[in-house]
Amino acid sequence: MYSQELTDNNMLRYTRQLVLDGFGPEGQNKLKMAKVLIVGAGGLGSPASIYLAAAGVGTIGIVDYDTVSYSNLNRQIAYSTEDIGRYKTDCSEKQLTRLNPDIEIIKHSLKLSADNVREILVAYDVIIDATDNFPTRYLVSDTAYFLKKPVIEGAVAGYDGILMTIIPDKTPCYRCLYPTPPEDIALNSTEETGVLGMLPGIIGTMQALEAVKLIIGIGQTVSGRIITFDAISSSFRDISWKRRKDCPLCGKK
Amino acid sequence: MIVITVNGKQEELPESTSITDLLIKYGVKPETVVVELNYEIPERQSWADIKLVNEDHLEIVKFIGGG
Repeated sequence: MYSQELTDNNMLRYTRQLVLDGFGPEGQNKLKMAKVLIVGAGGLGSPASIYLAAAGVGTIGIVDYDTVSYSNLNRQIAYSTEDIGRYKTDCSEKQLTRLNPDIEIIKHSLKLSADNVREILVAYDVIIDATDNFPTRYLVSDTAYFLKKPVIEGAVAGYDGILMTIIPDKTPCYRCLYPTPPEDIALNSTEETGVLGMLPGIIGTMQALEAVKLIIGIGQTVSGRIITFDAISSSFRDISWKRRKDCPLCGKK
Repeated sequence: MIVITVNGKQEELPESTSITDLLIKYGVKPETVVVELNYEIPERQSWADIKLVNEDHLEIVKFIGGG
């Protein structure tokens, strides 16, 4: 058992979570064995990856083809000014292994497409969708549905955030919420809507929390419901959401 | 008049207000949201025909996809 293999340093590293109800060395071992994929290393992916690394998730995959630019730095807290021009995957690896040298970071420095999405997702237990556009969200959530992998969807635009955890065939899927993409596909790029760093900080951190709870099997995840966050009024809404009978993806028809 | 709940808040509306009427009243472009009515999800094409009635429970959720 890993519990005996926990080094003294790691007992200390994880001591504040090891004492939690439902956690313990068994929970920590589950985190160590878990493989989480974060699609998109931006405003959501930054805090999600940092918290998962800190918590001791054993394998973290990161998909991003982009390099760090100045306009990323108000929210993408995994990066520093000195990282400008470098690949986000490389910078994330450096930052996360400095935080926790016992975990493995797998870099996927590529643009996700219909040709490669399946072979990447299949190797992971939990998928965090932290992308910045609708086409990739449909690609990730549709593929995860067919692979029967849980997906934690988080997104932001302007002052609005949204979060939902999708368990294939058990909870509503992404297309139960949004059957088809919005007419204006650019509607939600943060370039258009603007974004204050704390908002993806909150939503991305909640995505990491969902992943930990799914892996350990504690508490209630945001499944069968949707959480929205309005950063201007500092208010959350918790909305029960049903599976769509005529859902183009998971519907019975 | 009828009283319905929209995103958790009570709202007084004239009778035979449709979902589309409500969105327009709120200044919401219909193409930027999805709605749930009494925990069911009506087709977008039917929004203009669905007249809201007393004690309806409506949730309006924006398309949010950035990251």
